[in-house]
Amino acid sequence: MKRFLAIMNTTAARLSALYLVLFTLCSIFLVFYMTGVAARFLTADTRSEIVAQLNTLDRDFRRGGMRRLLFEVERRSRGPGANLYILTDASGRILSGNVFAIEPGVMDEFGWRNRPFTYARFSDESDVLGQPDRAPRAIAQVSRLPNGMRLLVGRDIGEPERFRQIIRRALALALLIMGIGATLIWLFVGRRALKRIDAISIASNRILAGDLSGRLPVSKANDEFDRLSAGLNTMLERISTLNDGLREVSDSIAHDLKTPLTRLQNRAAAAFSKAERGEATQEDIASILGESDQIIRIFNALLLISRVESGYTKKQFEAVDLTEVATDIGDLYGPSAEEAGVSLGVQADEAVFVHGNRELIGQAMTNLIENALKYGAVEDGLKKREVAVSVSRAQNRMAILRVTDNGPGIPDADKNHVLQRFVRLDESRSKPGSGLGLSLVSAIVSLHNGTMKLMDAEPGLTVEIQFPIVD
Amino acid sequence: MRVLIIEDDREAAAYLRNALDEAGHAADTVHDGEAGLHRAECEDYDALIIDRMLPGLDGLSIISRLRVAGDTTPALILSALGEVDDRVTGLRAGGDDYLSKPYAFTELLARLEVLSRRTLGREDDTQYEVGDLKLNRLSRQVTRSGEEIALQPREFRLLEYLMRNKGQVVTRTMLLEHVWDYHFDPQTNVIDVHISRLRSKIGKGYDKPLLQTIRGAGYVMRE
Repeated sequence: MKRFLAIMNTTAARLSALYLVLFTLCSIFLVFYMTGVAARFLTADTRSEIVAQLNTLDRDFRRGGMRRLLFEVERRSRGPGANLYILTDASGRILSGNVFAIEPGVMDEFGWRNRPFTYARFSDESDVLGQPDRAPRAIAQVSRLPNGMRLLVGRDIGEPERFRQIIRRALALALLIMGIGATLIWLFVGRRALKRIDAISIASNRILAGDLSGRLPVSKANDEFDRLSAGLNTMLERISTLNDGLREVSDSIAHDLKTPLTRLQNRAAAAFSKAERGEATQEDIASILGESDQIIRIFNALLLISRVESGYTKKQFEAVDLTEVATDIGDLYGPSAEEAGVSLGVQADEAVFVHGNRELIGQAMTNLIENALKYGAVEDGLKKREVAVSVSRAQNRMAILRVTDNGPGIPDADKNHVLQRFVRLDESRSKPGSGLGLSLVSAIVSLHNGTMKLMDAEPGLTVEIQFPIVD
Repeated sequence: MRVLIIEDDREAAAYLRNALDEAGHAADTVHDGEAGLHRAECEDYDALIIDRMLPGLDGLSIISRLRVAGDTTPALILSALGEVDDRVTGLRAGGDDYLSKPYAFTELLARLEVLSRRTLGREDDTQYEVGDLKLNRLSRQVTRSGEEIALQPREFRLLEYLMRNKGQVVTRTMLLEHVWDYHFDPQTNVIDVHISRLRSKIGKGYDKPLLQTIRGAGYVMRE
């Protein structure tokens, strides 16, 4: 019963019930209308038949007198058919005809008798008149002959009645079949829908319980449930990716921020004990501030990376000229590169537009140039250090940005590794940095649907980034 | 300068007020949005410091309501949200500058002072002067004691920004924002190198340094 109520609660079942009721009402109306019209036609037919017969008999009487009339009534009475004939004398005694008995009083009213009356033929059982349900019924016209005799010509109306009954019985049967059919369809469709919805809610409860790797069931039917499930699955996929990203970030934070935090605490503790002895200097406080600045910087970089990875900034994209950004950043870093003894060259001539965020692209170039300046150092110091930035167009409608140094490069084995957060190769540990620069670049590149490759510049490292060009 | 601080973190608000007091400014603090809007409407301030996320009415709504009512008091938005895009929405709402938390007080002070002077209309001047250094914005000529100094376009813009805000401390991030139009944090000494080159160009042969470094804060142009 509960199950049934649950099915009744589905939209499909409610809609089918509504349709069933509407359809039934329409059919009932249609059947009644049809039978009514048909019966009216039949009755009109009967009446004109009766009138015609009466006219003929009347003519026979006038031409051939009583004998002819009696003969004709006899002849017609013997014939097959649903017609009734009664000829009585003035007192009402039956002289001729095919009727054995008739509802009393019928012969006393002249003219049309439209209300059906009961009668019995000779062939019927004698007491049929006493049983109104079983007695045949007829309509008739009674006319008075000039000699006072009465003539009734009528017709059995059992036929249209039976016709009406057959149609109504057919309707009842059809309704019954339809009702059963509809119920079966509800049970089948409703149960099926319920089962699938149950499956979806069980799966989503499992996911709610914390199993983010769970997915909603998708069948091969590709119906609306499947499309819904597939859509939700894509959403779960995205959430799961973001969640993994978050977890990775929090793991990294736990792991790598502990070092600078510990350093901060040590310095603060040292400054505190110095202060107790009255020896604390501004330098001590400054070193604490410097350390906390570094921590904030790492936090900001992490936040920016996860922001970029979440795709949040995409809505403020516009056409950005890579050449202009490269020139700007090159111009910004030129003097300090020169101070460090590095020649920083920018080769970017024609405008190359990509769809993106100018700030983020600028940030990415900044990180690459800073990396090249910081890690592209040559040990022997004999060779002139160079960092080259170039912007060009590739054949496949891609813009290419390259930042190349002539330093030691990165071994092939480490090339994928360095894109991860907080990864710093051993050689660079001695230099300041958060290990987040390249991961931010990588996040910015994928936000812009670009690709990033680390290549050998022999000697040195080339970072090549490709962005789709816009016009 | 009279400043209104609308910030729900009471400790941060008190720290700001004390620091502004020490810097010689008078600051009032309010801790929720509705009260902040009311205060800003009723009283006359030289600048507003508004936290972006506030109980009651958020910071951006306060600014847009003030702007709709015709109030142009410079507003500095403080936010714990990241930079790139939040900055844009903040400025679009009618904010005059945007600083993300955590910030250095020197940075906030420098920006606030530049903001509150903005009303002086110095942006319309065609010529800036600091001592005997003159910069003509139309002819793009820079002279010191009548002698012309040749500058690169970027150096010209750097000097122009410094001279427009003469007597004001400007920070490295402010320079990166206004001269290069990028809003990230310059991590290395990139700006310092530009400044020292500019300084040597405009100060060669003169005893008096016009472009001075303020330790821990930034730079200032003054006689």
